[in-house]
Amino acid sequence: MIDTHPRRLFAVAALAATLAATLAGLTSLLSGSVAIDASDLLAYLDGSLPALETQVLADIRIPRTLAAFVTGAALALAGVLMQVLLRNPLADPYILGLSGGAAVGALVSITLGVGGWWLSGSAFSGALISVALVFGIASRAGGWSTTHLLLTGVVVSAGWGALINLLLATSASTSVQGMLFWLMGDLSQSHVGGPHVALLLLGALLSLRGARTLNVLVRGDLLAASLGVSVPHVRLALFFGASALTAMAVTTAGSIGFVGLVVPHMLRLLGARDHRLLIPFSLLVGGTLLVIADTLARTLLAPQQLPVGVITALIGVPSFIAILRSSPQR
Amino acid sequence: MSDLLTLDALTLRAGERTLCDDLSLKIEQGQRWGVLGRNGAGKTTLLHALAGLSPPAQGCVALDGNDLAALTPRIIAQHIGLLLQDTSDALPSSVLETALLGRHPHARGRLFDNAEDLGTARGALARLGIEHLADRAVASLSGGERQRLALATLLVQAPRLLLLDEPSNHLDVGFQSPLVALLRSASEEGKSAALVMATHDINLAARLCDFIVLMVRDGETLIGGAEQILTSENLSRAYDCNIAVVEHNGRKLFYPC
Repeated sequence: MIDTHPRRLFAVAALAATLAATLAGLTSLLSGSVAIDASDLLAYLDGSLPALETQVLADIRIPRTLAAFVTGAALALAGVLMQVLLRNPLADPYILGLSGGAAVGALVSITLGVGGWWLSGSAFSGALISVALVFGIASRAGGWSTTHLLLTGVVVSAGWGALINLLLATSASTSVQGMLFWLMGDLSQSHVGGPHVALLLLGALLSLRGARTLNVLVRGDLLAASLGVSVPHVRLALFFGASALTAMAVTTAGSIGFVGLVVPHMLRLLGARDHRLLIPFSLLVGGTLLVIADTLARTLLAPQQLPVGVITALIGVPSFIAILRSSPQR
Repeated sequence: MSDLLTLDALTLRAGERTLCDDLSLKIEQGQRWGVLGRNGAGKTTLLHALAGLSPPAQGCVALDGNDLAALTPRIIAQHIGLLLQDTSDALPSSVLETALLGRHPHARGRLFDNAEDLGTARGALARLGIEHLADRAVASLSGGERQRLALATLLVQAPRLLLLDEPSNHLDVGFQSPLVALLRSASEEGKSAALVMATHDINLAARLCDFIVLMVRDGETLIGGAEQILTSENLSRAYDCNIAVVEHNGRKLFYPC
């Protein structure tokens, strides 16, 4: 149990989580149709690896592993922030309808038969439209209360859901499989670059810096205000911060479910209720979970690739149940 | 004696209803004030205005001569603390973690708690008699234990002005004398402490408070020393029922009849 001396357990657990993340990353780099072993990695570092293996590592495995880690970490962090913003344990990064907007954008571009930059661009635009919509409706109705915001998000999600079904029902059967992969979350087309990593790092640093404030805010707006938190400012920052992280994740890899909802809860059950612990561990564990899930998704039935969102749930559900059963109810 | 908090021509409204109209008073250090009135009379709204949580319809509240509206929430929280009627525990937290929240206004720029924070929090839990619950989940506490925890968190915050919204809620009668002793000492320690308590318990207010704000109706408020305000006539009018007084061992007891 992580008790109330966060600093002491922080070091031990941080070491363990970092080790797990490193192992998962290495396994991901070494798994795939082209055989690459640990000595090849060292050879890659000093430039003596043959051209084919170098290309596989540099163009496929490293970017994909990085994309998986960054996406998983962003989703887990966005989940933590949304759960604080809405003060609701059922909140996840997609609860305000952002993934629905992104999905409609992506599906439209799949329907039109354009991919690559157009696909991510239209997904990102869809996400932005959804954020603007929820923000506009919630502020105009004077409804920055958690319940009002939550209801707005749920209704906007429902609207996007109807559009998604409409697009699926009317699309040519050849493009439906691509759409389903996108909807379930898929890292096979993913690339992350400097801006993605920078956004994640910025989000991580700012939330860690404000972790104490989040501990207070999660206990209620009034209590937080009476303890000196500028509640409206922090809530706005949470809304836009979580939205930016989610938009990045969704644009990179489609709507991968489960990570953002369950990683924070798993960690809370293990004792990391304090956001000073919860935020760094969510980043590490979320990233690691997605790297493992993606490695399995592309190796289990190779050469066929499975949607990674299915794997996250298949790993996540049993581990969550195990933790839930083993954690003492005090 | 210096003025800790000054209310200047304060008007508070809830929708169309006027809760208090043109209320002016000074809360000086060492004073204990009770706020009484019927359900919905505006006791909580008044406390929130004194804490700077909701802006008044008219007038202003000043801390050491500075308008609360011009101060940041953190500065206010270093001087004014508020015991709320309800807190949320949608997500899990432990008792000690909750008590430590009280250090928030004083811990700017520090990510982790230091020995002083922990010592203060454990000390406050001990004063409320709940140190043995330190590692328990808040969700597993009884209503009375939660109320003690909220009081402990307020002591950890160590404000100069204690605002208490129904401090005796959920507490059993055996804890009432310790509560009075605790609030009396909390309002006397520190450099210049004072206390404002909203309560439905007239006898608690009579026991602890030197001054009373009685919210009668339609914005009418009676303000003054406890002896002068707490009369059968005033109370009967404010609560819209007959309230009688008996004296026993030098203490006045109020009861509805």
